[in-house]
Amino acid sequence: MTPVQTRGEVLSMRRVGQYHQLTLVAPGVAEQVRPGHFVAIAVGGETSAHLLRRAFSVYRTQDRGVYGGTVDIVFAEHGAGTRWLSHVRQHDVVDVVGPLGKPFALPKEPVTCTMVGGGYGSAPLFTLAEQLRERGCRVDFVLGAATESRLFGVLEAKRMSQSVAVTTEDGSLGDRGRVTDVLPGLLERTGADVVYACGPMGMLSAVADVAARFGAHSQCAVEEAMACGIGVCMTCVLPVVGDDGVTRMVRSCVDGPVFRGDRVRWSDVGTVPADTWGAPVSEGGH
Amino acid sequence: MTRLTRVITPESAEITLPDVDMSARLAGVTLPNPVMTASGCAGYGRELDQFFDITALGAVVTKSIMLQPRSGRPTPRMAETPGGMLNSIGLQGPGIEEFVDRDLRWLEERGARVVVSIAGGSADEYVRLAQRLRHSSAVTAIEVNISCPNVENRGLVFACDPVASSVVVEGVRRNSAPGTPVFAKLSPDVTDIVAIARACVDAGADGLSMINTLLGVVIDTETMRPHLGGVTGGLSGPAIRPVAVRAVWQVHQALPDIPIIGMGGIRTGADAFEFILAGASAVEVGTTVFNDPSAPLRVAYELQRLLGTRGFASLDDAVGHAHRSADQPT
Ligand SMILES: Cc1cc2nc3c(=O)[nH]c(=O)nc-3n(C[C@H](O)[C@H](O)[C@H](O)COP(=O)(O)OP(=O)(O)OC[C@H]3O[C@@H](n4cnc5c(N)ncnc54)[C@H](O)[C@@H]3O)c2cc1C
Ligand SMILES: Cc1cc2nc3c(=O)[nH]c(=O)nc-3n(C[C@H](O)[C@H](O)[C@H](O)COP(=O)(O)O)c2cc1C
Ligand code: FES
Repeated sequence: MTPVQTRGEVLSMRRVGQYHQLTLVAPGVAEQVRPGHFVAIAVGGETSAHLLRRAFSVYRTQDRGVYGGTVDIVFAEHGAGTRWLSHVRQHDVVDVVGPLGKPFALPKEPVTCTMVGGGYGSAPLFTLAEQLRERGCRVDFVLGAATESRLFGVLEAKRMSQSVAVTTEDGSLGDRGRVTDVLPGLLERTGADVVYACGPMGMLSAVADVAARFGAHSQCAVEEAMACGIGVCMTCVLPVVGDDGVTRMVRSCVDGPVFRGDRVRWSDVGTVPADTWGAPVSEGGH
Repeated sequence: MTRLTRVITPESAEITLPDVDMSARLAGVTLPNPVMTASGCAGYGRELDQFFDITALGAVVTKSIMLQPRSGRPTPRMAETPGGMLNSIGLQGPGIEEFVDRDLRWLEERGARVVVSIAGGSADEYVRLAQRLRHSSAVTAIEVNISCPNVENRGLVFACDPVASSVVVEGVRRNSAPGTPVFAKLSPDVTDIVAIARACVDAGADGLSMINTLLGVVIDTETMRPHLGGVTGGLSGPAIRPVAVRAVWQVHQALPDIPIIGMGGIRTGADAFEFILAGASAVEVGTTVFNDPSAPLRVAYELQRLLGTRGFASLDDAVGHAHRSADQPT
């Protein structure tokens, strides 16, 4: 995979609950995308005072013949950049770089998989589920959000899985509570081998924990603030334990965003643990 | 009049460029063009090579390297600001040995010209870095990042103290290969940048790079605490460009024979041209890379086109041109 930078035409823009779904013509990007990859979009136009690109998981890609490949993203309005993006319309041109990052690892055997999505975090899980099903895997979904309008893809999940459990914190749809309230029961029932998760860091941390307790392998797509998205700036790091047992501050844009849940030091995210490779020996040390 | 050269842009569109001699002369070394990456904004070149041919740049300036591996600061490490950003990476890196064996080797095999940026916590550390690089054929020049806290002097940043700066520069110069120019990279966070520039030049610096980031703080109005894990960070991007052009202007005026590498907010060829006119012989593109990964090469082409439009036959002729006297027409 080699990321490319391209200026793509907006094919469509529509609202889905509290989110926006943007379909972008992005030939060269679309063809290379695998589930878990993300794209980085420049916001505010060519003379924008917002220099940093915004990262979005790829929801799906499609080959549209004469148009070339398209990339879909689903996004929430958060700050100035996503607000600008929510105003783009059909035929506008958007500058996009992708695909970026390391995608979800797929099992070689037809194993049992559970997908856990928090809010728009479910977006990359649907193409993943399709590919898992093609490999003969059993797929179950758990989708959670604060409220119904912040869930994404419940119907779609139903079409492609054995079961879908929904949780909302306000009880507006499904069980009142969080994904981790229903996850243990599901893992117990299905004996899932792998848990795939994407959503807020707190959710991922809890999901990785539950997966480990049930002896399941977990693959978590993290969301760290990124300045470049391509691996050159070192802003997007988090403490991850390597194959050699050593903790390093690892770039989530190129070595992630997907990590093994048991390798991320969740409770230390936002810090540099003292035993990290190259950590300061003492205050004001090297 | 001017002959046009055809080149392939990163977007693989063919464009024509006016025939301007773009060679940049930097204290004994000549680069085919004056545009480089800025330290810390291009890693060690490998990632950007996916977007454009890094060997087409004047040089790749690598992320400042220290003697030992370094984990850097806690996150969040950045905050976007109007026309720029604040970063507090804390010089995360693999240390000089892994850098030389893996990253520098890769750059050499790739055929890129390399300016190695070095950083230390004591004058001795800088000396040892220079010694380690002395016999490497891959090093085109050394950029000394002196915007680092001096652990032997209560963490006072070298670049803010003329004496500390000159001790570091003198040590690096003495321990580097004679044909390898040493550039001292200055901080704008000083009362008199010319005084620091002079101290570095007197200590043997062959040239000066300017500017490093400006110290800043962003406070998160939701948490009501500093946004960055490291509290303070370095401000970069177009927001700082006039400060950088001023620094180049003042230092070129005071030391007209010293080559300057200018940087700070360069986004377009016209921005780069400003630095050249102020007295820089070459430029570096930093934060803009995050917005446009192929920006360094684009800036090089835009600069060449602009030099042609303004009637310059060579880059050299434009260096410091804004300093000409009022009765000198163009
Ligand atoms: C790998 C990855 C995948 C993502 N996928 C999606 C997605 O599918 N849908 C979606 O709605 N959002 C997604 N996000 C989050 C999205 O990038 C942020 O919401 C967005 O950058 C906020 O920009 P803003 O201008 O609205 O906010 P501002 O707060 O103005 O942004 C300021 C700066 O901080 C960065 N930033 C702020 N919040 C975040 C955040 N949560 N994550 C990363 N960077 C942040 C921005 O990139 C920008 O540089 C993803 C983030 C990452 C890292
Ligand atoms: C994320 C980031 C990391 C940086 N790391 C270094 C560094 O390691 N060494 C250094 O000398 N300068 C470093 N800089 C400063 C730049 O090289 C440059 O001097 C400064 O950002 C101004 O240029 P710009 O506005 O084009 O980015 C860094 C800047 C940024 C934004
Ligand atoms: S965002 Fe720049 S290295 Fe990851």
